[in-house]
Amino acid sequence: MSNELEIPSVDSVSGTGVAVRGNDIDTDQIIPARFMKVVTFDGLGEFAFFDQRFDDDDNEKDHPLNEPQNRDASVMVVNANFGCGSSREHAPQALMRWGIDAFIGESFAEIFAGNCLALGMPTLEADTEVVEELQAWVEANPDGEIDVDVAEETVTYGGKTVGVRVDDAQRKALVDGVWDTTALMKANAEAVDETAESLPYVEDGKRV
Amino acid sequence: MSEGTLYDKVWDRHAVTRLPTGQDQLFVGLHLIHEVTSPQAFGMLRERDLEVAYPDLTHATVDHIVPTSSKERPYADTAAEEMMAELEENVHESGIEFSHPDTGEQGIVHVIGPEQGLTQPGTTIVCGDSHTSTHGAFGALAFGIGTSQIRDVLATGTVAMEKQKVRKIEVTGELGDGVEAKDVILEIIRRLGTEGGVGYVYEYAGEAIENLDMEGRMSICNMSIEGGARAGYVNPDETTYAWLEGRERVPEGEAFEERKAYWESIRSDDNAEYDDVVTIDGGELEPVVTWGTTPAQGVGVTEPIPEPEDLPADKVETARRAQEHMRVEPGETMEGYPIDVAFLGSCTNARLPDLRRAARLVKGRTVDPDVRAMVVPGSQQVKQAAEAEGLDEIFTEAGFDWRGAGCSMCLGMNEDQLEGDEACASSSNRNFVGRQGSKDGRTVLMNPRMVVAAAINGEVTDVRAMKEVTVNE
Repeated sequence: MSNELEIPSVDSVSGTGVAVRGNDIDTDQIIPARFMKVVTFDGLGEFAFFDQRFDDDDNEKDHPLNEPQNRDASVMVVNANFGCGSSREHAPQALMRWGIDAFIGESFAEIFAGNCLALGMPTLEADTEVVEELQAWVEANPDGEIDVDVAEETVTYGGKTVGVRVDDAQRKALVDGVWDTTALMKANAEAVDETAESLPYVEDGKRV
Repeated sequence: MSEGTLYDKVWDRHAVTRLPTGQDQLFVGLHLIHEVTSPQAFGMLRERDLEVAYPDLTHATVDHIVPTSSKERPYADTAAEEMMAELEENVHESGIEFSHPDTGEQGIVHVIGPEQGLTQPGTTIVCGDSHTSTHGAFGALAFGIGTSQIRDVLATGTVAMEKQKVRKIEVTGELGDGVEAKDVILEIIRRLGTEGGVGYVYEYAGEAIENLDMEGRMSICNMSIEGGARAGYVNPDETTYAWLEGRERVPEGEAFEERKAYWESIRSDDNAEYDDVVTIDGGELEPVVTWGTTPAQGVGVTEPIPEPEDLPADKVETARRAQEHMRVEPGETMEGYPIDVAFLGSCTNARLPDLRRAARLVKGRTVDPDVRAMVVPGSQQVKQAAEAEGLDEIFTEAGFDWRGAGCSMCLGMNEDQLEGDEACASSSNRNFVGRQGSKDGRTVLMNPRMVVAAAINGEVTDVRAMKEVTVNE
């Protein structure tokens, strides 16, 4: 059965980094609404940060994702309240399809972090100074390897290891490989029915 | 942790089990779907050979991409047509009820839920749209979710979530003339910040909230997400029950009384414990308008726009960039800011009372000839009711474009978009750069009457200075 698919454990992520600076970067910036007129997520990668990356005539603007040395980056280092605004999963989907596997930032909007988790992408939080130092390092060392250890809540780069924070549920889901919750929850179908029937507004799975 | 709040009670009633991740598996009483965020989820379902577990607790509408000029099919925009066709096929295959445009019940998902009595107190509601928080106005726990979670809900009738903290936001006193629910929520977000609510749900309480009609409460709960809170709610009361009674899909007679007992039982206890309490004096508020590119960058209409340097350190750079984009100067007020477009619509403020209040102000006046002004009712039912009262004539006589129901210029996924660097007075919920379809466009958020006042004068106007003409309601 395809719904019993193996969910990989995401206990670590390694790769080069890209710094996207700025607080309150909203999902409208990450993927403008006009690119959401699609019925699958395929191909969204090229539209990530589109309006920050291209001008009206589709000429490239200064943006870290346009820099050739960042093209293979898999760890995105951001600032505070990243991914605020719309709940569109198109945002993390676009970044994932661009090549990002993990985010390190000062803070993340709740739904964005939840959407990332559903895709097996960790969102790790760190203090402002830690993030800024890492952003500066990433910019100076575009080929430098970053090792993210989700289980240990550490990030190692340039010979040093710093502490980051991962939400408990997120860490457990990623490390134990239970972040794709469909099969997990489907297994409790009987208990779900019982809960439903205990509610005054549901009867036989219908609204009453 | 909170105890005895509506949030705790409704959560406990819907929690199925604790998952190995430590999250709760929460039963979903109402799953609202639309054309933008659900097709991919249906695709994932097919890939895994799964079916919709509770089609009768699921309800569909189409709102983001629908043209507001004509319902003619196929839609001129082929991408929009494809999305619509996909939704039609998915709901047909799964046996999901659909407020299709042909039914006369189509509209923005957060307008039609309450309107049709689908939204009720003490339920859990999810939708792939962050403004699902709107439904909290009824004392429901309502969350915006992503597409992978939509897949979960379709497949299992449940969603995996972590319980959050509860912040009570008490708005005391009486709102002044010209001050509306929208101003209250803009002020809350301005004070607590766009990320102030992360990790919390907001319980809105206090005299000023209790005195609001249901539509006002919806406006406030709608924008909870703009403050970073995943959900917001108001405890159900007689205003709620009166609004619900007699609506389609709401139980009648004795069944209504029985249901009401449940609704009463899930209200927050008088001695409930909160993780945080914030108090705001509603009597002090004036109409709030945004000067920047996040909903937190707001200011009273007569107050000076702040100097970026006077803001907290982490807000300085964002403010500087926002002021450059919006072309505003610190020290000045937003009053007099020239606008090119006026948009009265969106799931925040496109309900009948919003249109009525706006029409009262519009009657006998005309839109500035340089302003492109439009009214987009939140649903076909709102549109019909407004037309029955003659509100459409008031708007069109004044020079407003009276359009069909949908999300329209709130996010620019249909033909209604800003062009170039147009400045828009908008009753919607987001002023992000590029939000209304043009990356150079400038959005100023405000309450519905402030929007029409700006349309008439061609600039941001203090609505309190304008005389009202009474309209028969």
